[in-house]
Amino acid sequence: MPPGAPEASEDDNVTDIAGRGGAGVPARPPTATDRLQRLLALVPYVVSRKVVGMAETAAAFGVTERQLMDDLNMLWCVELRSPDPYCPIDLSYEGGEIVVSEAESIDRPLRLGVDEASALLVGLRMLAELPGMGDRSALGRTIAKLEAAAGAAAGPSSQVAVQLDQQPGQAVLAEVTEALAQARRVHLSYYVPGRDEATERDVDPMRLVLVEGRNYLEGWCRRAGAVRLFRLDRILSIKLLEVPAEVPPEAVPRDVDQGLFRPSAADTRVVLELAGPGRWVAEYYPCEEVRELGDGRLRVSLRTPDTQWVRRLALRLGPDGRVTEPPEVVAMIAADAAAALRQYG
Amino acid sequence: MSRRKTERLLSLVVCLLSANRYLTAAQIREAVPGYPDSFEAFKRMFERDKDELRELGIPLETGSNSGDGDEVGYRIPRQAYVLPEIRLEPDEAAVLGLAARVWRRAELAGAAEGALLKLRAAGIEAEDASQPGIEPRLSTGEAAFGPLWEAVRDRRAVAFGYRGAGRSQVQERHLEPWGVVNRNGRWYVVGQDSDRGAERVFRLSRIEGPVAFTGPPGAVVVPDGADVRGAVRNWDFDPTENRTGVLRVRSGRGHGLRRHALSAEPAGQPGWDTITVPFTDTGWQAEQLASLGADVVVLDPPDLREAVITRLKGVLA
Repeated sequence: MPPGAPEASEDDNVTDIAGRGGAGVPARPPTATDRLQRLLALVPYVVSRKVVGMAETAAAFGVTERQLMDDLNMLWCVELRSPDPYCPIDLSYEGGEIVVSEAESIDRPLRLGVDEASALLVGLRMLAELPGMGDRSALGRTIAKLEAAAGAAAGPSSQVAVQLDQQPGQAVLAEVTEALAQARRVHLSYYVPGRDEATERDVDPMRLVLVEGRNYLEGWCRRAGAVRLFRLDRILSIKLLEVPAEVPPEAVPRDVDQGLFRPSAADTRVVLELAGPGRWVAEYYPCEEVRELGDGRLRVSLRTPDTQWVRRLALRLGPDGRVTEPPEVVAMIAADAAAALRQYG
Repeated sequence: MSRRKTERLLSLVVCLLSANRYLTAAQIREAVPGYPDSFEAFKRMFERDKDELRELGIPLETGSNSGDGDEVGYRIPRQAYVLPEIRLEPDEAAVLGLAARVWRRAELAGAAEGALLKLRAAGIEAEDASQPGIEPRLSTGEAAFGPLWEAVRDRRAVAFGYRGAGRSQVQERHLEPWGVVNRNGRWYVVGQDSDRGAERVFRLSRIEGPVAFTGPPGAVVVPDGADVRGAVRNWDFDPTENRTGVLRVRSGRGHGLRRHALSAEPAGQPGWDTITVPFTDTGWQAEQLASLGADVVVLDPPDLREAVITRLKGVLA
């Protein structure tokens, strides 16, 4: 690693932040029925609020004001021809304020579908499992009300469960929540497994993120002068300092939905060949390339700023995996294994 | 094209919701603008429209009015259409917003968004930033999540290729799925394995290739008392007895081990400590210890010591 680089990369410890994360939903162009759903929600949205501003409504529906105007015009233009021609919907948006005076039969929203009810109920039940959630009574009440409103559509959601085992570091979690609530700087003693090192640093907390079943504190690390994620179960000790947190304006939270680890072109490219029992590596770490070699063997390549981590991974894998590139790392691994074996005489 | 279709579908919904009786296809064609003149072309388009409305969850019913003879008609009963009244206190609306964000960009993100839209339309102000600083996420990076959720929701049997832990071969497995479970960030599916004739748990990340539906919707029966959470909790639980290992660890190294050590004291040799650690799985423990290289030496038990040596020799093989 070039001089100066380690500071920027050490806490990322890539790799121990497992998972590919955030494969996400592919975007597709909106269809006629997507728009129909919006139109059917738009009328009751206005009706339930009596009068509502264009800008606020456009924001709530995630459209531009121009699109909203087009939606309103379309609703206003609905005409049924029989038995006598009539326009069931009457509305106006003069002066940027929407008022619906005739809503006919679409004055209430459509009931929730199974996927919709499930998405919210599974999310709510997941929150109820989180140790960091303060007020559990609100969760219980919301779940009950939503189940009642969803009716039969709520049923299948009970077949999706989210569990979080009690994780080490409950005391740390309480301290982190407290520091966030009071916006105070903390001092961390943090374990970096890739280097088997305990590090000391002051951090201005930004948020607590739960991704892939693990809690992370995201904050401005004053030692690195950058935003860092700290896994809670690796915080050896935490102390709230009598100093307010000062998160600089350039501190941008990471988009964790894209995966916690984003390789950079400057990172070292490492190639591994994995035998059957070592295949978990491809499951746990984001790989650039994964190729089946037959007989259950895999060739994977990944990028990491921390070759120390790769050396430890290779020792851990033993006969189940082999680093084949780059040559200097291959040589270091062989030296590591030989040194370790010498201890056993 | 798509605009005209939206207009037509919107008029159709309003028309069928407003009528307090079944309307025949001919009456619908009269009332709703936008259908083609030819009756055959109208019929085809109307059939597709009905399917699309039902896919949105709109309860479009078929039946006939008494007195109309046998002619089939259509209607959308208001009671089945509307979301029942729901009122949320501000703290309840806040947790609802947080719950919807759990799925951000994951499989059910669109569904969560759609649900929030309807609830906002019911007058609820779902806040986004309720507890600033707390952001839980569920990700569904596993490709099998979508089809398996559908299978569980619709109670359909499935088949998929599965590579068990440490297995080199992919096996075709047949499953009547009962539920999907996320445990500590990883997804599992639980159900009746029809080949084995017993309850089984599969990890979604080990499913290879597409998931195929092999049975009709509604065919899977989830037995009373099926405990999908319990099944996943017990899945990787190995009740081997608890053992202890005695290690020599270089001073200032092996922080991970030291955190869980039962005892630690300076070893006879300067620069080294002797520590005692608990473990259950010899293989897993050997992997952890081997990764520390020359900073740790296993003194006891002999099988753990051998396992570490085998691993290190494997690196050089």
